[in-house]
Amino acid sequence: MKRIGVFICHCGVNIKDTVDVEALSEFFMSRDDIVHAEDYMFLCSDPGQKIIKKAIAEHKLDGVVVASCSPTLHESTFQNAIEEAGLNKFQMEVANIREQCSWVHNDKPAGTRKASLIIGASIEKLKLNESLEPTSAPLTRRAMVIGGGIAGIQTALDIADAGYEVVMVEKKPSIGGHMIQLSETFPTLDCSQCILTPKMVQLAKHPNITLHVNSEVKDISGFVGNFKVTVERKAQYVDPDLCNICSDCSTVCPVLVPSEYDEGLGWRRAIYIPFPQAIPASFTLDIDNCLGLSPIACGKCAEKCEANAINYDASPTTFEVEVGAVVVATGYDLYPVENIAEYGYGKYPDVVTSLQFERILSATGPTGGVVRRPSDGAEPKEVVFIQCCGSRDPEHHLSYCSKICCMYSLKHAKLYKHKVHDGQPYIFYIDIRAGGKRYEEFVQQAISEENVLYTRGKVARIFNEGDKMVVFGMDTLTGKKVEIRADMVVLAMAVVPSYGSDELAKTLKAGTDKHGFFNEAHPKLRPVESLQAGLFLAGACQSPKDIPDAVSQASGTAAKVMVLLSSDRILHSPIIATVDDDLCSGCGICIGTCPYGAREMDLLTRVALVNDILCEGCGACIAACPSGAAQQHNLTDDQIANMIRVIALGDE
Amino acid sequence: MKEFEPKIVCFLCQWCTYAGADLAGTSRLKYPPNGVVIKTLCSSRIDPQHILLAFTEGCDGVFIGGCHPGDCHYQTGNYKTQRRIMLLKTTLEQLGIRPDRLRLEWISASEGRKFAETMKEFTAHIQELGPLPKANLTEE
Repeated sequence: MKRIGVFICHCGVNIKDTVDVEALSEFFMSRDDIVHAEDYMFLCSDPGQKIIKKAIAEHKLDGVVVASCSPTLHESTFQNAIEEAGLNKFQMEVANIREQCSWVHNDKPAGTRKASLIIGASIEKLKLNESLEPTSAPLTRRAMVIGGGIAGIQTALDIADAGYEVVMVEKKPSIGGHMIQLSETFPTLDCSQCILTPKMVQLAKHPNITLHVNSEVKDISGFVGNFKVTVERKAQYVDPDLCNICSDCSTVCPVLVPSEYDEGLGWRRAIYIPFPQAIPASFTLDIDNCLGLSPIACGKCAEKCEANAINYDASPTTFEVEVGAVVVATGYDLYPVENIAEYGYGKYPDVVTSLQFERILSATGPTGGVVRRPSDGAEPKEVVFIQCCGSRDPEHHLSYCSKICCMYSLKHAKLYKHKVHDGQPYIFYIDIRAGGKRYEEFVQQAISEENVLYTRGKVARIFNEGDKMVVFGMDTLTGKKVEIRADMVVLAMAVVPSYGSDELAKTLKAGTDKHGFFNEAHPKLRPVESLQAGLFLAGACQSPKDIPDAVSQASGTAAKVMVLLSSDRILHSPIIATVDDDLCSGCGICIGTCPYGAREMDLLTRVALVNDILCEGCGACIAACPSGAAQQHNLTDDQIANMIRVIALGDE
Repeated sequence: MKEFEPKIVCFLCQWCTYAGADLAGTSRLKYPPNGVVIKTLCSSRIDPQHILLAFTEGCDGVFIGGCHPGDCHYQTGNYKTQRRIMLLKTTLEQLGIRPDRLRLEWISASEGRKFAETMKEFTAHIQELGPLPKANLTEE
């Protein structure tokens, strides 16, 4: 039998006022199964800990119950103390007699009775506690970042700068994400490409970073510290190492395709460079639009390429990467504009999305940065910007706020005004949300100095009359109908998780919310980790974010990844499930119960094993086990039963 | 005659309700001392057999506290708990134990007040029901 000592803290008067600590220590001292009991004013203090350590040595204790405040506060303090005295830290139990007893009761006899039950139950648990060590496994000190937008780039650079290898996987032919499409950024109006491209180049040249574009994650196996990720790479028809971006190939390509980079407002060829600063700096062949790879069908580009960079025989490749951590940075896309039919997108060429307007404003855009409307190339004199297109509309579209639209719509209005001095921007809004550093000042300056006209209300319908767009809405402040005859309309489309990220979430077994945004482990305290150990989040894949937020989170994520990679072994709490091989009937109920895929059937022995690293110790499989084969270390069914008996017996 | 003091065992998950109970303490909210807590990592650790054992060993009420739906630290543990408790309640009825002696509540770490109020209310309710009759006696 264990030699157990009970230590009862007065916590000054915090416990002592409602619990008769002296009577309790006398009572436990008198019990046959308790070797030693004493009470002290502040057990967490240095002298308090010394008392415990001394008693362990003097009375040869091999288990300790400390009755004090909540374990959240001082469990680790007392664990350290008994470890210093030579005991395993799991041979200590905290009996919470302050938060859950003395502070919530007034009656001292009743409080004392309850405290004795709490301590009694803790003693029963302690009696069957095993000495445990954290489990550990070797770790691959390499990270994967999925998505090469600003969040992914920042995460990859930070991790790589710390000396760890990073593998970046990007679906598109170039990294840069949506940020590379933007004209200027709020609230400073600095050029988006000017601040992003140096980072892209840095990433491409970084000795610790391997970049795979045109690639997607297809499968993942393993667990935190030791993932095996299967990546599929599209056929690489143009060798980026040989391509010298002379653009001879695209000059002879007979195919025109709407440019993704210009959001369909401009054209590209079937062999093209996504944008001038693309990384990798190489042309790429869009096989879906190419006339044919054989020289009979077309083959003009290969004929023209002096560098011999074009190889028609290339085929898709699949490869496996071993990493210790995976960062999801898949960003966002815009809510499908077709879903808001009343705004006439598609029907009227001068109704454009916010990203299209970014391209119209951008110096690298289809109009070279001159504001021209798509229908006839005329300079629009009146432009209506409509916010919350799809956002904050739970009845018809999405319930959440897309967060960035208030600021970028205003930015659009300002930039437009800077280019068309006699133009008039109007903004329809529900609320102006400008909660960010220097954001409110940005709004106020636009209203007072740039003559941006705000109308609070929603637009009901847009129709055309001659060469004008009639924007028909309601001013909810005056209650009057509003009709603006505009030359152009810009829709601030809601931000949604990037298309395809739902598939990725399934592949990675990562949780998402009902809108498809990846779930963080805790909204406040673990905002960059997912619940899946070893899987991290950065940027707008978690929720709509502007650039400052995405970059901050990316650096935070990188720090968390670096913590994980900083050791060559990974430690894991031993308070997990365990299986008695003899009792396990191999029914497999536990396997379906486990949210982490930590239970696995050994097909040879028909025993449902526990993966020590994956198991988080929730205990769901243990409660589900019909044969009692599954148990939790230090919270076995026997321990729970014995605690119940103490409570059920009461003070009888 | 001395008022009936029910014996209640409270299984609280450590992430939400246990922390909520701690918050009730730091906020010095008062509630009756009848419930004694057993901490589990997740409410889904609680086997219906533990609850039955509590009743057979002499508890008059069993309380289970978990995270709100969607907030479970272990993704879906609280849903499993809910299903198990719903099933168990029908079994309790068949065994002659009133199902309202067993209560499941979602109480978050920020809901100290809700924990205290729930404890008051549940204790009063069990007090009203009176002691759980010993074996083989069916309740009205």
